[in-house]
Amino acid sequence: MNEFAQSARSALDLIVHADAALVRTVALSLAVSGTACACAAAFGLIGGAWLAVARFRALPILILLLNTLLALPSVVVGLAVYLLLSRSGPLGAWGILFTPAAMVIAQTILVLPVVAALARQLVADAMVEGGDPLRSMGAGPLVSALLMLAHERWAVVTLLLTAFGRAISEVGAVMIVGGNIEGVTRVMTTAIALETSKGDLPLALALGLVLLGVVAVLNVGIAVIQRGRFMAPLIEAR
Amino acid sequence: MSASVPATLVRVLGASVRLGNVTALRRVSLAVNRGDVIALVGANGSGKTTLLRLLHGLVDAGGARRLDDPGAVQAMVFQRPFMLNMTVWNNLRLALWLARRRVPRAEAAQRAYEALQRVGLLESRDRPARVLSGGEQQRFALARAWAVRPDLLLLDEPTANLDPSAKKEVEALLHGFAADGMTLVMSTHNLGQAKRLATRVIYLDHGEIRLDAPTARFFGASADDRARLFLKGELPWALE
Amino acid sequence: MRTVARRRIATLLIGLAAGFGASAAGAQERFITMASTTSTEQSGLFPHLLPAFKKASGIDVHVVAVGTGQALDIGRRGDADVLFVHDQAAEEKFVAEGFGLKRSPVMYNDFVIVGPNSDPAGARGKDVVAALQKIAASKSSFVSRGDRSGTHAAELRYWKAAGIDAPDAKDPARRFDYKACGCGMGPALNIGSSTDAYVLTDRGTWLNFRNRGNLAILVEGDTRLFNQYGVIVVNPARHPHVKAALAQAFADWVVSADGQAAIAAYKVGGEQLFFPDAKP
Repeated sequence: MNEFAQSARSALDLIVHADAALVRTVALSLAVSGTACACAAAFGLIGGAWLAVARFRALPILILLLNTLLALPSVVVGLAVYLLLSRSGPLGAWGILFTPAAMVIAQTILVLPVVAALARQLVADAMVEGGDPLRSMGAGPLVSALLMLAHERWAVVTLLLTAFGRAISEVGAVMIVGGNIEGVTRVMTTAIALETSKGDLPLALALGLVLLGVVAVLNVGIAVIQRGRFMAPLIEAR
Repeated sequence: MSASVPATLVRVLGASVRLGNVTALRRVSLAVNRGDVIALVGANGSGKTTLLRLLHGLVDAGGARRLDDPGAVQAMVFQRPFMLNMTVWNNLRLALWLARRRVPRAEAAQRAYEALQRVGLLESRDRPARVLSGGEQQRFALARAWAVRPDLLLLDEPTANLDPSAKKEVEALLHGFAADGMTLVMSTHNLGQAKRLATRVIYLDHGEIRLDAPTARFFGASADDRARLFLKGELPWALE
Repeated sequence: MRTVARRRIATLLIGLAAGFGASAAGAQERFITMASTTSTEQSGLFPHLLPAFKKASGIDVHVVAVGTGQALDIGRRGDADVLFVHDQAAEEKFVAEGFGLKRSPVMYNDFVIVGPNSDPAGARGKDVVAALQKIAASKSSFVSRGDRSGTHAAELRYWKAAGIDAPDAKDPARRFDYKACGCGMGPALNIGSSTDAYVLTDRGTWLNFRNRGNLAILVEGDTRLFNQYGVIVVNPARHPHVKAALAQAFADWVVSADGQAAIAAYKVGGEQLFFPDAKP
């Protein structure tokens, strides 16, 4: 218990002093995972919405595959992307191994099934009530599906927060494809892993608390926005 | 030579529809003529909603549905109006956008304005659609339908959940639509409503049309025993 | 509306990709990628050594620290420009197979055996082979990295010299509590300190290690414990994209008088960790 208290104090210290290296590491974590989420959102939301309204024979198999990919281990994704991007691999000419770009690619692949599977379920549920009315008004299946995403936008926000959480908390993929290079590809999770392996457990824990703190601030920001949009009509309805 | 406008808008011939294990409609035949105001009556589960959806093309009956006038525009008001999570105005603009092939962009704002005005919801245009009361939601659905100027309007129990004054407002609007020449087909539990609004009443029982007659004849000497029992209220409202 | 929005999103994504790509390609930036080992990184040498090299040459060195086996694999694949590892046999094989240009010795540090203060096996002393025999005989616990690293390779050599095939012992009676974790030096020490086991470690990692528990250095000073480092430039004939010139600049600097002096100057707690021994 003492270690936790000590680490909590260290975490506060770290935040207050805002050491340049720490700030850079946090910023890189946010940038890599944020970008990966944005890419996964672009493809996953539309893909998931499409799956909810598509009609073809192989659909159940595709959905089964998608739900299986939810359990994809991050280290497996890292390994696969490493083999793809290695100079000896098919995409070696891109030369992006051991760079943030490779980390974004790995995390996008990791997080894409999460976004797609949840979006599919969300749209399918919403279509129960809204499917016929939208069709009646002349909306095709894909348009209806996309309208459902807009309709359930706060559920989509939660979905994206889930995806972001998965991305920013993983260490297996970014370690392998990034190489944990100091000042270039070191992110919070790989820094924590490094300090743990060096035996500096209090520092590792403190970094972990800093990471949680950053994500908490992000969530507070989103909650504030949500409250503003959400509460106004409810207050008005009284 | 002027093209003659078909008198019949849509018809079904011997249509049977199964929903899961239940036969919702059994060899149903009817023709909806231009200018009709049809009331569908019958107990819950008798097939009214399925028949409306069949006429609208939302249900497949193996070719038994024929559009005699393919150019005729249809709109439907469902039992619970579905509104997206946005303002009344934007919901309406979206509906007009979905119908953009018939409603040119330049006209859309004008149409939306007129529609809200007609149903008396203009002051609510910027309110979130989901906070409207039951009656207001129903009026909005009518505005949304009227904005695309349908030839045929289908309604599924439009006043079922409304209080008496809201009911009156909706009936007044429907009366106005009919007077403008719109063809209406609506299901209702309210026999008084059927008498007030309809030109023709169709009685459904266990998925079959038992009686299809002009209003006066329907409420006068009824040809069907069950229909007479239904009218007297001696049959249960819902099928087991 | 739809197409405009789609186009804007596409532009944004391409912009982001280009931004990342630019930082990645670094055609304008002078940097090399060096595959080295976790023990070297954890000794703290690089933050001391590499800035000196940057000052002398203007070249940044990006260090990917993994086990020696993985570092050599990275070199074979052409994903690094230069290697800095400590497994002479494996390094020479690497060069012989044509993946590297030349192996140059740079420095050495030493291994030590740490163990519980109480020393149940009686391993304390200057003889690594005798120590291992005593550990085996007393059925004490021993933690191995088991990860094809330079340290692991050295450890296996010592077991062999001691005449004990413990890691592969089929006969349970001959086996003692040998834990192979397949992990880096730090994690292995973590396991050792939690279970009061003996561990073979490099002095650098140990000096920087914070979670010692009851462990202390028990065996040191045996010349067999010296751990030789070599630097190898990856062969551009095998991988044309390798930044051979910049990598060679590093290899040349680290064996030069300046580089060797910088190595010798690195101390932890007043103790010198690495001893330069490049051949002139």
